Amino acid sequence: MKLKEDIDIKENIDKKEDIDIKEVLEKTKLFRSKNNENIRDTIVTTIYKTAEDITKKTVVKDTDRLLSQHKIDDIITSKKTGIPIMILMLAVIFWLTIQGANYPSQLLAKFLFWIEAKIGIFFIYIQVPLWLNNFLVLGVYRTFAWVVAVMLPPMAIFFPIFTLLEDGGYLPRVCFNLDHVFKKACCHGKQALTMCMGFGCNAAGVIACRIIESPRERLIAIVTNNFVPCNGRFPTLIALSMVFVGASFSSASSSIIAALMVVVLVLIGIGITLFTSYILSKTILKGMPSSFTLELPPYRKPQLGRVLYTSIIDRSMFVLSRAIIVAIPAGAITYILGNVMIGDISILAHAANFLNPFAKLIGLDGFILIAFVLGFPANEIVLPILLMAYLSKGSMLQFESISQLRDILLNNGWTYLTLINTMLFSLLHFPCATTVWTIKKETGSIKWTILSVLMPTAIAIIICFCTTQIYRLIF
Amino acid sequence: MGLTHSSSTKQGLKDLFNVEKTKNDDYVIALAGNPNTGKSTVFNSLTGLHQHTGNWPGKTVVNSQGKYGHNDKGFIIVDLPGTYSLLASSVEEIVARDFICFGKPDVTVVVLDATCIERNLNLLLQVLEITDKVVACVNLMDEAKSKNIKINIEALSKELGIPVVPTSARNNVGMNNLKDTIYNLCTNKIHTNPLQIKYPTDIEEELKQLTLMLNPMFMDKINTKWLALRLLDGDRSLIDSISKFLDYDLGISRKCI
Repeated sequence: MKLKEDIDIKENIDKKEDIDIKEVLEKTKLFRSKNNENIRDTIVTTIYKTAEDITKKTVVKDTDRLLSQHKIDDIITSKKTGIPIMILMLAVIFWLTIQGANYPSQLLAKFLFWIEAKIGIFFIYIQVPLWLNNFLVLGVYRTFAWVVAVMLPPMAIFFPIFTLLEDGGYLPRVCFNLDHVFKKACCHGKQALTMCMGFGCNAAGVIACRIIESPRERLIAIVTNNFVPCNGRFPTLIALSMVFVGASFSSASSSIIAALMVVVLVLIGIGITLFTSYILSKTILKGMPSSFTLELPPYRKPQLGRVLYTSIIDRSMFVLSRAIIVAIPAGAITYILGNVMIGDISILAHAANFLNPFAKLIGLDGFILIAFVLGFPANEIVLPILLMAYLSKGSMLQFESISQLRDILLNNGWTYLTLINTMLFSLLHFPCATTVWTIKKETGSIKWTILSVLMPTAIAIIICFCTTQIYRLIF
Repeated sequence: MGLTHSSSTKQGLKDLFNVEKTKNDDYVIALAGNPNTGKSTVFNSLTGLHQHTGNWPGKTVVNSQGKYGHNDKGFIIVDLPGTYSLLASSVEEIVARDFICFGKPDVTVVVLDATCIERNLNLLLQVLEITDKVVACVNLMDEAKSKNIKINIEALSKELGIPVVPTSARNNVGMNNLKDTIYNLCTNKIHTNPLQIKYPTDIEEELKQLTLMLNPMFMDKINTKWLALRLLDGDRSLIDSISKFLDYDLGISRKCI
């Protein structure tokens, strides 16, 4: 901005002065060697001393309060209790989310399908052709309603709680606890931070990897960020874990089990992150971990108003609108694919049949694989697409409760294996389009982008294959 | 955490120097401070934007600029990465230092955490070595109060020789005062007399000689005493930045350092 004048001045400078700077540098070098290279220490000490003097003259402190914070930190970041407390907190968050989301979810569904009925009546009234009516209402609108009803309530509970922890100062403690584990995996301790960001959104997590200075460690962090479930996948995992524990959702124990399921999945994700980081840093990205300082910030009382604002308006709505924007065309496409017949079965069924042999090998089915592929633009829509595909003979059912979801899945031949593998696949498979695009932007390399798509997919397939073999051996 | 619309559209570090003034008499304000002192909250409060804030150090990885008007003048705020010092040991520190030194902001606001003034002063003192157009914003006053920490703002201002404004940005307390102070410093209604750190005599003596040598080349462009100090410290990255921003060809001289 002000560089122009600098260039003007530069023109007035001739070579002679370039020699002068050489002299200056020689002089400084001499001075440094005369002082045994201790200049940096002297400078820093002088600055610190000055700061200390000023503080003494202007600040009066009460040390008792600071000590109480240290006491909390001693418990939360201790080697023994730190990690169990962390897991417990995760479990409580998921439990609150699962327990709290069920009722508003049903309420929202009732409301949205009440609107659907009105739209239907209106369309008949203005004499919209039946096929278009079906396409718009049963294909497009119903997908939209599903996405909103299933996703909004968990997000509206999960995000504010997460933001409270963030604002309160707990997240840096999580990183502190995980730091030495990451060190053991030969990667940067800050990767714990970027991984935590990944829980919010993998694309944001990948951007956050900028805080890691060493290119080697940054690449590891970027490539493995996808292994923690983002908030696009949390609703899927939460809904499926609720299916897992059965239909009786009024009882508190079942939602505790569902919450624990999600915790286990998150821990598996973290485990895979560490494992692949370790493998990467021993093979294609060799090197030693570099150290860094992590400051534990003071605990602060979060501002409730701000937290609610950012987490609901800024975050939930952003994720939801992204889901809706993608879900509506995807709903339309799925409806068309499911209703256009070639021979006596639909295109969708043809594709599913084609993928089925491979899918069965890894304990899934063709429709599930199609749903994951169609869900590439946004992971949020995998479950809605899957349901639509299953019900494509007609169209998606009205969403009433999770137990209905359970019935649909059971009718389509799901077993516990299918359920577990779908959750594992969702946790481990290729990143969504936004994340892939961000990885390309951040690494500037197609090679690394391709690796970060292929590696998770391969791991997802291998793990699902293994669980399938084990399951079949046992049962 | 969380990809929000604003964080996905913000520019990266390298775009920091692209300050676009809408009017020629817009003032450019740099916002510096330690990590996690509420810099982003001050930024939001000044500009009315909703950049994501969070209680952890190093949360701002995307840089942002924002605008506000005050007393009929336009101000462009550049939110610098949070750093503990300007001794150039990380990318963030280099970026922050380069902007304060070569980006020529009209005023640099250094945000201090009222609950740990001492550590935060280290950065402020280093900023004062580069430029004298500095306002100290002592943020999180509410928290300091609840922790029973008492800060004598007047005495602090006297010691430092610059205006010191107490704020609590998240409650919007003191922000108008901060805007007034920035305005007054930009328009030369107030003047500063920043504290100069006194180094041991041998260093001061050497600095004096070096400053005399550097003056013909860099006077009016960089604070030559600071430059001498950094060269004495053997700061390679500053040599690179001088070649980059002032367009000197100092590449050959690098071996000498």
